[in-house]
Amino acid sequence: MNRRTILNEKQVELTINRLCQQLIENHGDFRDSVIIGLQPRGVYLAQRIHKQLESLLNTQIEFGYLDSTFYRDDFRRRKNPITAGTTEIDFVIEDKKVVFIDDVLFTGRTIRSGLDALLAFGRPLVVELLVLIDRRFSRQLPIEPMYVGKQVDSIRMERVEVTWKGLEKETKVVLYTPESDE
Amino acid sequence: MSSLSGDHLLGIKQITEADINLIFDTATSFKKVINRPIKKVPSLRDTTIANLFFENSTRTKLSFELAEKRLSADIINFSSSSSSVSKGETLVDTVKNILAMKVDMVVMRHPNPGAAVFLAKNIKAKIINAGDGAHEHPTQALLDAYTIRENCGDIAGKKVLILGDILHSRVAISNILCLKKLGAEVMVCGPATLIPRYIESMGVKVELDLLTALNWCDVVNTLRIQLERQSIKYFPSIREYVMQYGVNKEILDGLDKEITLLHPGPINRGVEITGDVADSKQAVILDQVENGVAIRMAVLYLLAQEI
Repeated sequence: MNRRTILNEKQVELTINRLCQQLIENHGDFRDSVIIGLQPRGVYLAQRIHKQLESLLNTQIEFGYLDSTFYRDDFRRRKNPITAGTTEIDFVIEDKKVVFIDDVLFTGRTIRSGLDALLAFGRPLVVELLVLIDRRFSRQLPIEPMYVGKQVDSIRMERVEVTWKGLEKETKVVLYTPESDE
Repeated sequence: MSSLSGDHLLGIKQITEADINLIFDTATSFKKVINRPIKKVPSLRDTTIANLFFENSTRTKLSFELAEKRLSADIINFSSSSSSVSKGETLVDTVKNILAMKVDMVVMRHPNPGAAVFLAKNIKAKIINAGDGAHEHPTQALLDAYTIRENCGDIAGKKVLILGDILHSRVAISNILCLKKLGAEVMVCGPATLIPRYIESMGVKVELDLLTALNWCDVVNTLRIQLERQSIKYFPSIREYVMQYGVNKEILDGLDKEITLLHPGPINRGVEITGDVADSKQAVILDQVENGVAIRMAVLYLLAQEI
């Protein structure tokens, strides 16, 4: 397995800064907007963005996380079943602008299940998608992010992993490529 | 990433502590789902479940049915009173006929102990035991233990009393097995005639005096006297049973600590517990009912992963 670091800690920090500025451009003071991180790994990015936005705007922003396990379309089709995570949305999303956050966008199927799961909480005004890594050209559903940290061209066999300091050894984004047989 | 160790839920005996904890964790997620404005998830939309009730049931049947509907499964219901069983058809034939209609899972209650195990050996579908005679009632034990954990914290080390008709109770057996697997201390209490002779071999204490038993425990699970299963008289009269083993407010107030009270239902008010106790905040009976749906959703969901 070959590994290549796509973003290091400094670059991730800069990217998050930029994404926050873009969000402020569109959402202003976040009075009518909420942030929702997707379980399992999108939550870590969402927490960082939420914290940074609150300190930049000096205000409180509604924040929750959403688990979409029960809404997935690969139930019984996976080798290893997924354990459900927790959902914490303690506010009303009706008529709110929702910023959906995940770390890596690949086939789009997780986001699809997330949208279904979200609708059980009401009818938001708008749902926007923010991802740190967009593995473009891999989509299996018509889903596109509105805010992108970095676009990566990768093939299906490859794997992108985002790690966070505190949870793992360091903050970085790594692309793993399997050794070719030739 | 995990699933249950077995293919069926036949009894608590056949599952591990890890299985129980996985069911609890999954049930916690489902409990959140059933408290949302939209209480349904699409997980089992391609699954068909047969509810076979060869014995009367209100709560368990409704609870399973609701759990299945919340998971978007297709369901068919069957009760023996209105079926060909009364025409002499055997259990295996009845179920094979139902499975020929392409059913993936079977939830079964049956008056004969071992019926679920027998079925699992003879047919190809996931079997969930919803009570087999006086043998086991695994989902009831799981929801009882889950309710204890929710109200009193970690089960390990908790002192749980099971009070009443132990002899005829599948709830008692499944509860003992489940609580022991989770590390609780278990005591049974009731008239000597209603305590099975070898119950101590399950690792439980036996106490015949109600006050001593109540003073010992943190949680009491009161069981109904199953008159329908009693072919002979085990105690002189209901009145005498109430005087010796009925739990009332006065007794509970006289204890040095506040204990939590469970009841699997149906309650005979004024017999095993008085009405004011059943309605008091110490009783978590309605929590049990709510948790029952979440626990059954978790069991169905986890077993359906490998259809």
